[in-house]
Amino acid sequence: MKQFMMIFRNEGIQEHKPSPEELQAMMTQWNDWLGGIAAQDKLVGSEALGATGKLLKNKEVISDGPYAEVKEYISGYAIIKADSFDEAVEVSKGCPIFANGGTLEVRDVMVFDQ
Amino acid sequence: MNNAELIPNLFRSEYSKLVAVICYKFGFDFVEQAEDIVSDTFLKASETWGIKGIPDNPTGWLYTVAKNNATDYFRRRNIYDSKILPDLKEETNQFEIDISKENILDSQLKMIFVVCDPINHIESQIVLALRILCGFGITEISNSLLISTANTNKKLYRAKQNLKNMNVVDFELTPDLINGRLDSVLRVLYLLFNEGYYSSNENYDIRKDICFEAMRLLYILINNKSTNTHKTNSLMALFCFHVSRFDARISKEGEFILYEDQDKTKWDLELINKGIHFLMKAGTNNTSDYSYEARIAYWHCQKDVDENRKWSSILQLYNSLLRHKYTPIAALNRTYALSKVKGNSIALAEAKKLNLEDNFFYNCLLIELAETETEKRKHFSKAIKLTKNKASKNILTKKYSRFIN
Repeated sequence: MKQFMMIFRNEGIQEHKPSPEELQAMMTQWNDWLGGIAAQDKLVGSEALGATGKLLKNKEVISDGPYAEVKEYISGYAIIKADSFDEAVEVSKGCPIFANGGTLEVRDVMVFDQ
Repeated sequence: MNNAELIPNLFRSEYSKLVAVICYKFGFDFVEQAEDIVSDTFLKASETWGIKGIPDNPTGWLYTVAKNNATDYFRRRNIYDSKILPDLKEETNQFEIDISKENILDSQLKMIFVVCDPINHIESQIVLALRILCGFGITEISNSLLISTANTNKKLYRAKQNLKNMNVVDFELTPDLINGRLDSVLRVLYLLFNEGYYSSNENYDIRKDICFEAMRLLYILINNKSTNTHKTNSLMALFCFHVSRFDARISKEGEFILYEDQDKTKWDLELINKGIHFLMKAGTNNTSDYSYEARIAYWHCQKDVDENRKWSSILQLYNSLLRHKYTPIAALNRTYALSKVKGNSIALAEAKKLNLEDNFFYNCLLIELAETETEKRKHFSKAIKLTKNKASKNILTKKYSRFIN
């Protein structure tokens, strides 16, 4: 089985400010989706990323988050196991990120021969 | 105490303590001798008490006699074999065994950590625990674990040999050792408990005994400051919730009773409250698998709650548990919870992705979720084929005939 990374991207500025109930529901959807992958023993790991960040170039910080200027930012990632790219894409379709207009990028994790 | 049960009861409660204090004094290398000395003490008790009558304080009698037996044994051994413990020759009182309550508890705690040494395979650790920590006989262990007596003996022998090679005479419960090994210790107690709670053994008494023994040993860890951690408390909460439903869940004939058919008046409310107490002590931010399992078990002990709220909470806990650690049974239970929250067809679609077609519980779940009669029938016969456990087979066959009619 191969490993694939799903990279979650969200819109930089959300017009809609969700209520606590909506937030709770969102969290539940994520847990349902990731729980479903884990139930197939296909979840390697997942992390959510904070909203701040620093961008470095030539050892210098050239910009600080939050990203008022960028359109979208990476909100988290998950690594899953799947037999093929197609399967990984199929699994990705259930991701709750689409409800908020976010995007999901699937990348295969490179394997080097021993 | 009922006199007819006096010796079996004392054996259960004191055997392992006596072995522990002797080993604590002379080292684990002498575990076999310690077991012999204690067995001999019980033999002497049955004879003497049969002839002279039962003493006022039978437990005290056992300790005194075991202590004398051990002292004699090691003094003799020291004369014949001066290579062992040579520097003890001078002072004879060094053979004295401390039988104060405090020392018994210390010895037991230490013994738990010795027995749960990960050098042994987990199955052997369980066999060793049943023998040395719970005082089970070889036949009892074989019956409990459904393995042959020869196999039990082999496992015990090898496990003890491995520990001797480790030179555990100098074994000290340092904070480092406790930190490093507490997880394995809890694992062994968890599996020991499950052996009683989920096993396919049909003997009701053996199963309950094993659960109580696991609880008793865990209690020793709860009572010691250095081992009383969030995880320990979570596990105790889990045990309390599970045991609270023991009598409702298993009939005296050893048959499992389905959750919907259980008599809730048989739930032990005191144990449920104890479970809540330990759960509080463990804290809700704790993300060990025991904590998730304990919180799931908590919901299963709740009567008169909103079903939707209950199953939604259980589903979220299973999601989190699986993300923390995958097990097939958690995956199947999650799918059942999913069916309660989102309906059978969504759960059925997810069930089919689980890749557990040859699992007994998978087929039981699919009997519930399948949409056509042919499908249900297929999973009925597959499940019946897959189980060797008579009790489960009976339930299924009963259910199947109800279904056909």
